[in-house]
Amino acid sequence: MFGRGLSERFGVAKIVLSRINLKPLIVVSVLAVLSACTTRPPEGVQQGEAFDPYERNNRGIHKFNLGVDRFLFRPASKGYVKIVPDPMVTSFNHFAENLTMPGQAVDYLLQGNLKQSGNALLQFVINTTVGGLGLSAPADELNLPPVDTDFGETLHVWGFGEGAYVELPLYGPSTQRDSIGVIVNLFSNPINFSPVRPVDNIGVYAEVVRRMGDRGRFSDTVDSILYESADSYAQARTIYLQNRRFELARDDEETYLGLYDDPYADNGTDPVRDPYLDPYEDPYAE
Amino acid sequence: MPSNHMNRRGFVATGLAGLALTALPFSAFAQTEASAKALVVSVVDDINRIIASGKSEKAMIRDFEKVFVQYADVPIMARYVLGADARSASPSQLKQFTKAFQGYISNKYGRRFREFIGGQVTVRKARKIKAGYEVRTSVKLQGSSPFEVTFLVSDKSGRDKFFNMFIEGVNMLLTERTEVGAMLDARGGDLNRLIKDLS
Repeated sequence: MFGRGLSERFGVAKIVLSRINLKPLIVVSVLAVLSACTTRPPEGVQQGEAFDPYERNNRGIHKFNLGVDRFLFRPASKGYVKIVPDPMVTSFNHFAENLTMPGQAVDYLLQGNLKQSGNALLQFVINTTVGGLGLSAPADELNLPPVDTDFGETLHVWGFGEGAYVELPLYGPSTQRDSIGVIVNLFSNPINFSPVRPVDNIGVYAEVVRRMGDRGRFSDTVDSILYESADSYAQARTIYLQNRRFELARDDEETYLGLYDDPYADNGTDPVRDPYLDPYEDPYAE
Repeated sequence: MPSNHMNRRGFVATGLAGLALTALPFSAFAQTEASAKALVVSVVDDINRIIASGKSEKAMIRDFEKVFVQYADVPIMARYVLGADARSASPSQLKQFTKAFQGYISNKYGRRFREFIGGQVTVRKARKIKAGYEVRTSVKLQGSSPFEVTFLVSDKSGRDKFFNMFIEGVNMLLTERTEVGAMLDARGGDLNRLIKDLS
């Protein structure tokens, strides 16, 4: 699906922005990508490597995203955190996060994780009531396990591989599997199904504001990746994939250890494996 | 990957290996979980001291470089980051690149010290891994939820030094290898030019 024309990609962008009623089309796209996901990347791609058959297209999107960031998102975000006092930015972040809780409870349920599902709902109830509609997060004080999941993780739990790396317009780095997650999560939040919706699309707006807060607060780090690296596309790709795989492996010690490779061995300088090669012999002796 | 869970047979085998190793000189056992943890604590303390010093950014970056050289196994890191190019490089090129690399890292990460003002690092646990020791820490910066930073420590240089760092699973060496590779590509693979530009 991501191999198709530009117009379709911008279609995704439009959905993210205005969420016009395109549900049937989305269902079709989701099915298309799901089937693509089942084609797993070749062996050997896992460890820190990227499976990126659509690199040319992705780089096009990356260029577009950089432009949006440079002229719109970055200045808006920097302005936002400059004008709005810090505690208020934090408040809005809590608010946006709280709105995602029921959706995350659904995802945990689909993953068969009843405990975390209940935990997400509990935090939602506490933060919405005691925390004043979620503007503060008193549940944080209770030392409950953090709630952090999405439909991409649900697909992972169901056994779908990450598929190819894709950069989504306006959204940024993702994979085929996770981009389905992103789209499904736009619609899977039970808040969207409540009979009385005070403000339409509030979840989406809140998320944009939250992203602005993060972009503004961590602007030095984001700038260094996007504007100071020799290849910002490759940097964003590797950082996203590593972090995502780490998140999904969190409870799986085997996979976790698999993230480590041994530079001493990698360079053929592991004394056990390669007794005649000693890196400390010459770097400083000349 | 060897599992950390020991079954009975594993325990017996390890016990036997332990007996055999007691014959080795004491220094072979110098590295322990405690010493790996202590190293990370020292790094964090030194960095906090520099940030609190109120010196100019330039002076701070010079101090960060000193800390980096003192506590990190810079030669092996530089070598890893160069990847395949390290094998074709001459010893003198490797030496120059190592020097350029330490300046590049100190500058790149040192310039962002402001993000760490008021931050708190908690050293949580250490354990043995294949390549040495893994020390997990939890970092709490102002206005963000805690995140995990993991240091990998080895004594293969002759003393305890860290040789890699993971921030929420993002491998610093691997990420820098991608970046250095891109820098080399942009210079037609000319290592000397890269060294000059980084120095």
